[in-house]
Amino acid sequence: MSWVIEGETGAWELVCGLEIHAQVISKAKLFSGASTEFGAEPNTRVSPVDAGMPGMLPVLNMFCVEQAVRTGLGLRARINLFSVFERKNYFYPDLPNGYQISQYAHPIVGRGSVTIELSDGTTKEIGITRLHLEMDAGKSIHDRLPDATLIDLNRSGVALMEIVTEPDIRAPEEAVAFMRKLRAILRYLGTCDGNMEEGSLRCDANVSVRRVGSAELGTRTEIKNVNSMRFIARAIEYEARRQVEILESGGVVEQETRLFDDRRGVTRSMRTKEEAHDYRYFPDPDLLPLELDPAFVERIRASLPELPDEKKARFVREYGLSAYDAGVLVAEREVADWFEAAARGRDAKKVANWIITELFGALNRAGLDIGRCPIRPQQLGRLLDLVEEGKLSGRLAKDVFAVMFETGRDPDAIVEERGLVQVTDAAALEPIVERVVAENPRQVETYRKNPKVIGWFVGQVMKATRGKANPQLVQELLRKHLERA
Amino acid sequence: MSGRELVELTLAEARRRLAAREISARQLVEAHLEAMARHRALNAFVTETPDRALEMAAESDRRLAAGEARPLEGIPLAVKDLFCTADVRTTAGSRILHDFVPPYESTVTRRLWEAGAVLLGKTNLDEFAMGSANVTSWFGPVVNPWTPPGEEPGRVPGGSSGGSAAAVAARLCLGATGTDTGGSIRQPAAFCGIVGLKPTYGRCSRWGIVAFASSLDQAGPMARTVEDCAILLETMAGYDPRDSTSADVPVEPWSRRLDAGIRGLRVGVPREYRIDGMPEAVERLWAAGADWLRARGAEVVEISLPHTPYALPTYYIVAPAEASSNLARYDGMRFGLRVEGRDLTETYMKTRGEGFGREVRRRILIGTYALSAGYYDAYYLKAQKVRRKIADDFRAAFETVDAVLTPAAPGAAFRIGERMDDPVAMYLNDVFTVPASLAGLPAIAVPAGLDGEGLPLGLQVIGRPWDETTVLRVAHALEEAADFRARPPRLVEDGA
Repeated sequence: MSWVIEGETGAWELVCGLEIHAQVISKAKLFSGASTEFGAEPNTRVSPVDAGMPGMLPVLNMFCVEQAVRTGLGLRARINLFSVFERKNYFYPDLPNGYQISQYAHPIVGRGSVTIELSDGTTKEIGITRLHLEMDAGKSIHDRLPDATLIDLNRSGVALMEIVTEPDIRAPEEAVAFMRKLRAILRYLGTCDGNMEEGSLRCDANVSVRRVGSAELGTRTEIKNVNSMRFIARAIEYEARRQVEILESGGVVEQETRLFDDRRGVTRSMRTKEEAHDYRYFPDPDLLPLELDPAFVERIRASLPELPDEKKARFVREYGLSAYDAGVLVAEREVADWFEAAARGRDAKKVANWIITELFGALNRAGLDIGRCPIRPQQLGRLLDLVEEGKLSGRLAKDVFAVMFETGRDPDAIVEERGLVQVTDAAALEPIVERVVAENPRQVETYRKNPKVIGWFVGQVMKATRGKANPQLVQELLRKHLERA
Repeated sequence: MSGRELVELTLAEARRRLAAREISARQLVEAHLEAMARHRALNAFVTETPDRALEMAAESDRRLAAGEARPLEGIPLAVKDLFCTADVRTTAGSRILHDFVPPYESTVTRRLWEAGAVLLGKTNLDEFAMGSANVTSWFGPVVNPWTPPGEEPGRVPGGSSGGSAAAVAARLCLGATGTDTGGSIRQPAAFCGIVGLKPTYGRCSRWGIVAFASSLDQAGPMARTVEDCAILLETMAGYDPRDSTSADVPVEPWSRRLDAGIRGLRVGVPREYRIDGMPEAVERLWAAGADWLRARGAEVVEISLPHTPYALPTYYIVAPAEASSNLARYDGMRFGLRVEGRDLTETYMKTRGEGFGREVRRRILIGTYALSAGYYDAYYLKAQKVRRKIADDFRAAFETVDAVLTPAAPGAAFRIGERMDDPVAMYLNDVFTVPASLAGLPAIAVPAGLDGEGLPLGLQVIGRPWDETTVLRVAHALEEAADFRARPPRLVEDGA
């Protein structure tokens, strides 16, 4: 899809690539046995290795390696059987060793790709340049004391995957779509929880602009701290427009690192190219090069779950869902599983409708995610069965659904307890219909001029039966009595 | 036996007598504590641990009485102050760690204590093991117990394991641990007339040893005989999953394989080690060493290790590069010295500027330069390639020979204060030891004679990776042939 910035002097195109830091789901850190638990008391999840104590040595956590390989496979990427951990040297108080162990010249994962879906229904491939493993730094806390910075090393040494995309993104929307898709893939794989608020998924964007039709790349800036889905598009768009303004007024874009200020919605300079660090990367002599057995990779490949793209295609194929509904349902693996459990042996389209409209609505209002949904999939299925069997009207079903959501109880029990079973017996309804017609002569007059008023009568009967009457039957009976009246 | 007799025992002999209950661990330890007290002028120890030593000796005596003796039961040892020892100050000879007390025990020392050995104290060393004369320590220079007749004490013990070497030579301990990055075990062993073994890289765990240059650092034993070194290595060596560069290769009973002889072995003498300006005494001793081996049935052949001249410059790129990164953690933030500045940068500068000595600062700067953008390829990468060539030289040589014989150092101990203004002259001390370090090979220094001034000189034997057996066996043959019985002629106590 084309997204251009119409400037004074012509149209400009965005060229954007992302650098994502995804925290690896692992009980222990990348190079030590310390726990990765979030939210623990400061400096209580720190081994001597994480604190950079003298004589301490890193030992690679092979589970994190497995997670990186799993992610690489999920990104349809090349797995490098030979990779090297290097030291990235810089001084900062929350970096205990004075270097971060990362991968540089030889990352564990090479080129791959992710398919994104756009709002106009088209799809696009975003290239993955690489994925590498590295350790996180600790956290500096500047706002607790007036005259000192505090350091929490709980995060120091936690495994991160840095995922770098090709500069394939041409619209802010594409960046958001990519992040949503990446998040879904990571969550499907179980390699990152994708929680942006807790910082387990962080995004930096490299942004440049060029005239539409140009094949050259403009000077790029790197925007840090684009840490919510909401801000990604805003930050990129702001930065692209800023660059267009500079270029159109005859200026040059400076290659620099900029920070996105989410409160003001602007980016501002953090450090220029001249101030850039010389990280003095070199292979970490405490760690051997990482050599993977092809069988290790194949074992992981064989254990991969069905990923969103495949699942979506299958939902369309097997359940006859629209591409849109299938896309919504597969965005979260738990939702997709929930749907499949409810849809088994039923009209899948109806199940999908109920989930997308009723269930999502209720979850949203309650502020819950599917994992804490009070209704089990089989219960929703049973509710739909009751409608299908003609025992519940659509309206009643919604009431029952509300009670189910509140209490978590089975629909049958609710229906029975509240006597909600639909009245389909004409003999039982006749007297009520007769009474409603008899009591409302003026409405009967109106009906003669405008037969649509029958809807009002249906409402009265439903009210009198507290919604239990079968509406079709009520309509039939009403028509008969109104004609006679 | 008197205390002065007890400290003259070899480790092997002391072990035999302890097992036979002819002496007690307490007697042995007390004798050494007394010797340490008499020889404080050597400045061999940074920290003495007499209370702990006596406690450990009491436990050893209990076990010896109960027939539960472990391999090194009751053997008093000194530990280079680069090995972290739980609850015992570990300084690395630096002001920046002058009050650092680690909460953990290095793997090598843990293995020693678990085998029943007794800690006498932590020995002085060049700051962060950077030096060849033990003159860069924040705790002052170590004095070599050897002094030429008529001269005031004040020869260097070599470095960086100078405190360990001096302590072993002066009979302050039965053995000591050292670490060797470019010769830091072998060169001081040679200067002090003792035996020092640098095992194959990966043989001893580096876990808990303050790092200097990770790809070169290797712990090893220092003692007065080859057998004693072999006994110590049997306990110090072994795979450690906490050190990713530690190798899972079997530990062998080296001390029981020394007597197998060297008949039929081929020993190479590398022509590139004949350097200009080498003292005649060194050359004579080297020739004598070759003759001794021949006389015992080995075949001595000349070999070529063509990249030898590049070893020292290569070493002085690789080691400082790694050190510049390894020492970045001493920033005053979590442990060790902190000198407050007005802001973070000034705190870093003051802490590191005042915490590190001149030589350490020099090497950090060299290493930082070698790794910098624009210089990395020309220096660090090039050095790594040359390092490979040096290893290839040895690999090729070991296709035709079983061991290599060289001098251990290009001369005898010089006086404290000499060569201080010329780092390159100081670095030349390691010219014979650095190549084996770069190649990761096992190498040993054996005392083999005295120079014209009466100072000890050593020979070095280098072996194939993991072939400590041959290295020790050849060293043992040299030891027997040299029959080196000289003692430091004038221990400091006598002159004081």
